[in-house]
Amino acid sequence: MLTKKIFLSVVSALSLTLVANVSFALTADEQKGLDISIEAKKRDLGWQDNTADMTMLLRNKQGQESIREIKMKSLEVQNDGDKSLTIFNKPRDVKGTAFLSFSHPVAADDQWLFLPALKRVKRISSRNKSGPFMGSEFAFEDLSSFEVEKYTYKFLAEEALNGIETFKVEQYPVDENSGYTRRIVWLDIQEYRVQKVDFYDRKDSLLKTLTFSGYKQYLAKYWRADKQEMINHQNGKSTELKWSNYDFKTGLSDSDFNRNSLKRAR
Amino acid sequence: MVARTIMTLAICSVLLIQPLSARELAGEVASDVEFDISGDIGIEQRYFFEEALYPEQLNHHQSSLSVEMELYWQWNDGNDSIIFTPFYRIDSQDDNRTHGDIRELAYIHASDDWELRVGIRKEFWGVTEFQHLVDVINQTDGVEDFDGEDKLGQQMINLSVVNDWGIVDVFLLPGFRERTYAGEDGRLRGPLVVDENNVSYESSAGQQHLDFSLRWAHSIGDYDLGAYWFHGTNREAYLTPSLQDSTPSSLQQYYSQMEQLGVDVQATLGDWLWKFEGIYRTTRLEDFWATQAGFEYSFVGVFDSNLDLGLLMEHSWDSRGEVELGAQGSLMQNDLFLGARLAFNDMQSSELLMGIGSDLDHHAFSVLVEASRRFGDSFIVSFDLRLLQSNEEDDLLNALSNDDHAQLSLAWYF
Repeated sequence: MLTKKIFLSVVSALSLTLVANVSFALTADEQKGLDISIEAKKRDLGWQDNTADMTMLLRNKQGQESIREIKMKSLEVQNDGDKSLTIFNKPRDVKGTAFLSFSHPVAADDQWLFLPALKRVKRISSRNKSGPFMGSEFAFEDLSSFEVEKYTYKFLAEEALNGIETFKVEQYPVDENSGYTRRIVWLDIQEYRVQKVDFYDRKDSLLKTLTFSGYKQYLAKYWRADKQEMINHQNGKSTELKWSNYDFKTGLSDSDFNRNSLKRAR
Repeated sequence: MVARTIMTLAICSVLLIQPLSARELAGEVASDVEFDISGDIGIEQRYFFEEALYPEQLNHHQSSLSVEMELYWQWNDGNDSIIFTPFYRIDSQDDNRTHGDIRELAYIHASDDWELRVGIRKEFWGVTEFQHLVDVINQTDGVEDFDGEDKLGQQMINLSVVNDWGIVDVFLLPGFRERTYAGEDGRLRGPLVVDENNVSYESSAGQQHLDFSLRWAHSIGDYDLGAYWFHGTNREAYLTPSLQDSTPSSLQQYYSQMEQLGVDVQATLGDWLWKFEGIYRTTRLEDFWATQAGFEYSFVGVFDSNLDLGLLMEHSWDSRGEVELGAQGSLMQNDLFLGARLAFNDMQSSELLMGIGSDLDHHAFSVLVEASRRFGDSFIVSFDLRLLQSNEEDDLLNALSNDDHAQLSLAWYF
């Protein structure tokens, strides 16, 4: 634990230096892009922990549909990435499967999978960021928590999007394993909530568009969208993600995010 | 006898938990009991390509039907729970394969930094894929499948304590389960049938010997480590031919006592998973070391698609070396395994796994292919192919050389 703490503080010190160094060379647009992202992150700090249910509706070109039902528990970690526990309920054949992740802003995430048929806990490689999550149009990296250090930025414009005034910011992933060259993100000026994201693949052509709707405010501070719709422009498939039963500050702690809790997660 | 042990365990656990529950109830209003039921029903058809090698065995076709259900109750926000998982299989040919088991019937109490688990449970240890050397708590349900991954429920009291320096598990294991083996009519066995009624034990307590184990497991950065000590009945029986009119007629099972030390390590370094399992076992009859070691490497998004390709390589070693057929020893004394796993990452979770195992001392090899895909929202179809070849008479695979088979199964999950 002590070594881990030292390691973590070194990592966060390092990332601060990186950010600081980079900022010397930033152009005005890059600085503004970074500032917007820091402000967006700042407005979402302090939620401590949350639980929520998620339903994914996968749709292919022919209109065939398939459902995924998932429960999520997350714990905010100061000066590091969040911890999360993902519990699968549907499809039925994966019921009881659970996924534990300790995310880190720059270093590789630590991830474990529990396979209920064998009662086996398996440490897995977290390199697969670009791969599809549960056969959906969401990649693993689309679902991980937003950390400022994960991207470099460039402010593009202030733009009206469906009647909402937004900042349009370009984000370039730092991680070379990312499936994207860049993302264009629209955040509303009022609350710094993400309204829309365009994803560009490794060949820099438009791959997917994600739109957020039904934002609700929790604990008079934290905004969460009820619905996220991902459309893949290249294969014609789409995934609709709906959130329900959001609950904040439920009293989760580190002890709810270890091997033992992974094994009995429901 | 087993029922009585379970009863005692249940009473013990209730007594142990009572004061805690009372305290917790005082702190907050207990939530209602939540109940959940799920399970699967499967049908399976095996086809053996060649005629049986031994007179009583089935010839080509073997069909079976299996049901597994999970009943689950939880209360206190999930900090207390009871799980019940009965299982039953009906086989068209092999009487021994028509069998049932209570995979789980356990009460679990979770506190902040410790958990108590009492009843019949399954506990898996290890990191490798082609052999599960360190996995020792549960007995193998040998008739279920060829890979030995199916396990019988084990009665236990298990206290698990979470520390900054790792998780420590203490196991008290009252009551021993005998391994299940293919019957006279069954395939995938040697010339002699294992006699279910001719079983002896080193311990005078027999099946009632109280086994004990202590395990430590921890994750440090990219490394996952585990180590344990086990004291109790050997899960692997020594099999010796019993004579009838001076000719061997069946195999007699002898379960010795054993002490075993085990270690498992996995290093997760980028796209590489490095894996090691090692045991040291000592019984009245022998002492030996054995290891299973190798790696898994993943290519993400091969062929410019969503496909993931994993390549696996593992080596098995056993200090007892080559053994004669029928003598005690390991089949995996110097074996190399190569595998490839393709995950299509599609809506139907299509997967393909191919593996080749080769005995480097015997020029024997085995090939396995496993493919599976979801149909609709709740059906899984799987296809398995197993080919076993050996040219040398003292290799067990030679005794199974007519048992190449394909298996098609359909499971409905609810």
